[in-house]
Amino acid sequence: MSAFGLALTPMNQRHRRVLPGFGLSLGFTIFYLTVIVLIPLSALIIRPIELGPAGFWAAISTPRVLASLRLSFGMAALAAVIDSFFGFIIAWVLVRYRFPGKGILDALIDLPFALPTAVAGIALSTLYAPNGWIGAILIPYGIRIAYTPWGVLVAMTFIGLPFTVRALQPVMSEQSQDVEEVAATLGATRAQTILRVVIPALFPTLVTGTAMAFARGAGEYGSIIFLAGNLPMVSEIAPLLIVTKLEQYDYAGAAAIGVVMLVAAFVMLLALNALQAWAARRR
Amino acid sequence: MSLIIDSVSKRFARFPALNGASLTAPQGAFVALVGPSGSGKTTLLRILGGLEEADSGSVRFADLNWLAMPARERKAGFVFQQYALFKHMTVADNIAFGLRVRPRRERPSNSDIKDRVQELLKLVQLDDLGTRYPSQLSGGQRQRVALARALAIEPRMLLLDEPFGALDAKVRKELRVWLRHIHDKAGVTSIFVTHDQEEAFAVADLVAVMNAGRIEQYGTPADVRRDPKTKFVADFLSA
Amino acid sequence: MNGKFQSPTEDPLLLRLVLSAIAIGFVALFLVLPLLIVFKEALAEGFGKAWAAIIEPDALSSVKVSLLAAGIAVPLNTLFGIAAAWAVAKHDFAGKTFLVTLIDLPFSVSPVVSGLIYVLVFGLQGWFGSYLLDHDIHILFALPGIVLATIFVTFPFVARELIPLMVDQGRDEEEAATSLGASGFSTFCRVTLPNIKWGLLYAVLLCNARALGEFGAVSVVSGHIRGQTNTMPLHVELLYNNYNYVGAFAVAALLALLALLTLVFKTILEWRYADELAAMHRH
Repeated sequence: MSAFGLALTPMNQRHRRVLPGFGLSLGFTIFYLTVIVLIPLSALIIRPIELGPAGFWAAISTPRVLASLRLSFGMAALAAVIDSFFGFIIAWVLVRYRFPGKGILDALIDLPFALPTAVAGIALSTLYAPNGWIGAILIPYGIRIAYTPWGVLVAMTFIGLPFTVRALQPVMSEQSQDVEEVAATLGATRAQTILRVVIPALFPTLVTGTAMAFARGAGEYGSIIFLAGNLPMVSEIAPLLIVTKLEQYDYAGAAAIGVVMLVAAFVMLLALNALQAWAARRR
Repeated sequence: MSLIIDSVSKRFARFPALNGASLTAPQGAFVALVGPSGSGKTTLLRILGGLEEADSGSVRFADLNWLAMPARERKAGFVFQQYALFKHMTVADNIAFGLRVRPRRERPSNSDIKDRVQELLKLVQLDDLGTRYPSQLSGGQRQRVALARALAIEPRMLLLDEPFGALDAKVRKELRVWLRHIHDKAGVTSIFVTHDQEEAFAVADLVAVMNAGRIEQYGTPADVRRDPKTKFVADFLSA
Repeated sequence: MNGKFQSPTEDPLLLRLVLSAIAIGFVALFLVLPLLIVFKEALAEGFGKAWAAIIEPDALSSVKVSLLAAGIAVPLNTLFGIAAAWAVAKHDFAGKTFLVTLIDLPFSVSPVVSGLIYVLVFGLQGWFGSYLLDHDIHILFALPGIVLATIFVTFPFVARELIPLMVDQGRDEEEAATSLGASGFSTFCRVTLPNIKWGLLYAVLLCNARALGEFGAVSVVSGHIRGQTNTMPLHVELLYNNYNYVGAFAVAALLALLALLTLVFKTILEWRYADELAAMHRH
């Protein structure tokens, strides 16, 4: 994902600039990034400094903040696992099976990606409310989804699905089937072939997709706040807490939480890149 | 224990890939199926391996109704042109695969598996490379691993689909000799597909020249060369 | 012929049915139902009421704000994407991976954090807060802030689509053109652009959909001033929180239609130009 497989092509080793426009394009790129990304980001990192290390720690270790971080990251992890399981099945069906209407199924996968989060939020909230289509079915069993932490899970599962499916699809379709044929000639049953040959080969990709779904879910805001209930300590996600602190003009406190989320995202990105590099060496 | 292929046919959509192919070979023979692309040789090989279903015809081998058995019961080792090694497994694990997937009753112990893998690594002259991954090997080495993997299951039949097609000429010549030597040692009936007639005639006991889904001529290399029975065979030999 | 033939690369029929059912069921439950609910609720009191909600002045103003923000952000981001892809794909320089990771950043950052960083720079207690106040310049709680937040959240889209595409396509054609005397701009227009046109179009579509639909980041910077600084998603939130469900879903339906249009477009592009797309990727 991130590295885009950027190895220097053998034919174009370093030396003179063959193609024109380098200075202009790179210059504009760097300028744009600096103004839009780097400067505001540095504000995020610098702002909590005014709290001092003790103050920073105090700001992020209050029970309310910790509860929100636990909720955001915990539910995102769970949602990512659900998405990886079902995403794998969906990708498998899309790549390997043929049936009428498959194209529509394929296009629908991008819906959470293209649909505004607020729209998803109010739709999910209506669906899972006690008198909603799904909420009403679950209420007799004592299962409440809307306005509880489980609402967070449902929204994150919705949001993260395209990441696992779209990560797996290209890799699955590129897999040549001869390894499956060989496994059969060597005596493996279909189950053994899938478990020992196909899935392990897809594992790094699965992890990448799951991590992306996780990152997306942890930071998600719009689709969750309508469904979650937003009770502090119970169903309040970290991004919402940031917004609340901003409204109270506690800029430093908001920035502190923002830094925690940013660092978590960075660590995830680095881990992902490392995993991809390791997997690439083995292929 | 001979191999009897009788009028096997297969069409893909409306294309007749194989149109009544028949041949008989004694146990332990090295048979080459040779011909241009589209002649049906790979299709016949894949049918023998259980990777395709024949539309009609029959095959008997080792006294078994061959085509009625699923691929995994045939013990027909298959070697692909692109090796088809399991990239996420080491060389040793690749070779051990066929032994590890056996049902519990038939599965050898772990130490037996290890010994067999070592034996095979020695046979294919890759003694110290057991812990490497396929991506760290050259093309010729990979193909030798593929062969070792196929031999590990003590196959009744060895099927090779243009095994040297992805390798350069020099490696191809070396491996062809080496393959014949392995075959002689193991004594296993082998069917070898190639479009290179020089290669086929150099290694095989029996050669089947195929064209448009049919076997135009079948016999020892010497017989076929001396006495080509159709114009196609004559042209093919002189190419 | 000789009993049932089981191809070693095909799953047994029962497994195929079960997996297909799971895949379709999951997508129907998590993706299709929410979409249906949006339209059902919008039309709950008839088409007339839904339409009235859309042409109501505040709603129209939100449409205007959304279109304006997207109208500025998308072209700028497209320019950035092209410049970045040109620099990265057609030249070699140190720090390329870092640059690319930086471009990926907004994808890993919570939308709320994306808005937060601009508050930290331009807000009352931000870096330029007092300066802006003194000079009566309004960035936050006004269109400029909304545009900035929208730019941040959507700028990776074009770059991320173009960079791997242009890397894949290599430099040979551009180098040939340059050696024949073409200027940089001319080379880009005549050689590169035709090769990337479908990828570019798709990226711009996606960027646009996301720009119009962005909620979290814009929510933080906009001030929610009804009739002035509300984008369409924010207006949806406003209506929903005021229990105007038909109104909220009506505007939401508009956004959902846009999302569907984007998906349809994407599917058409992929279906009609699949061969060209594949050829473009495999130069």
